[in-house]
Amino acid sequence: MAEGPALTESTYYILLSLVKPRHGYGIMQRTDEMSCGRVRLAAGTLYGALSALCAKGWIIPLPTEDESRRKEYRLTEKGMIVLRAEVKRLRELADNGERALKEG
Amino acid sequence: MEDRKTIRKWFWVWEFEKEEDWLNEMALNGWVLESVGMCSYNFVRSAPGEYSVRLEMHPYDEAYLSFMQETGAEYIGRMMAWIYFRKKTADGPFDLFSDIDSKIDHLDRIGKFLSIIGGANLLIGLVNSWNPTRLGWINLVCATLLMYSLGRIHGKKEALKRERMLHE
Repeated sequence: MAEGPALTESTYYILLSLVKPRHGYGIMQRTDEMSCGRVRLAAGTLYGALSALCAKGWIIPLPTEDESRRKEYRLTEKGMIVLRAEVKRLRELADNGERALKEG
Repeated sequence: MEDRKTIRKWFWVWEFEKEEDWLNEMALNGWVLESVGMCSYNFVRSAPGEYSVRLEMHPYDEAYLSFMQETGAEYIGRMMAWIYFRKKTADGPFDLFSDIDSKIDHLDRIGKFLSIIGGANLLIGLVNSWNPTRLGWINLVCATLLMYSLGRIHGKKEALKRERMLHE
C-alpha cells in the first residue's frame, strides 16, 4: 500500500501538518509556514481533501465534547505509513534530479 | 449619497468566473455584495477593495459554511445551488480552490446539477408534447439550453485535464 501513486502537493502538506492535531485553519497556516508561502491551501480544496482523507482512513477527526467547536484532525497510523513512503519517494526524485543535473 | 443598490444582471452558468470577476470589480469600486436574489445582486458601500468575493456551486452543508467561517470567510447567501462568500482582503488572499483536482471536482458538481435538471426538463417536455396544452416545448427549450451549458462546462473540464497532464 505504501507503493501507491504520488500524492498531490495539497495532500502531502495536509498530512505533514497533521503530524500534530490541527483544525482546518491551522492546517492552512501550517502549510503556508512550511512552504514559506509558496503553497496556499484554499478553503474549498482543503475541505474536500479532508473528507477524502478521512474516507481513506489516513486521518481522523478528534472527538470533541462540544459540537460547536472547531473540528481537529490527526494523522492515523495508516496515514503515517503513506507519509513516510512519500518522503522516501520525494528524496529519490530530488537525488536523481541533482545527479542528472551534475552529469549534464 | 446612496449606500445601497441593487443591480439586475444575467450570467449563463458557464460564466461563473465572469460573474465572480464582475463582483470583485464592484468591490474594487466600493460596492460589496451583501445578498443575492434571482438574477439580482444587492450591494452595500464599502471601502474600495476592502473585500474579495467568491462563488461556487456546493450542496447545502452547514458544516462547510462553519468551516469557511473558521478560515475568515463570510457567507453572503445562496441562489439556486450557488453560494457566495466574501473575505476582507486585509485577512489574506481568498480562493476557494487551489489545485486543478478540486477545480475539476467543482466543474463535476456543476455538471451533475445541469444533467439532473436538464434530464428532468427533457422528460417533462417529452411527456407534455403529447399533452393537448402543448406547453412541452418550453421544457424542451430549457433542456436544450441546459445541455448546451453542460457542454460548455465539459469543455472547461477537458482544458483543466490537459493542464493536469503536466502539473497539478
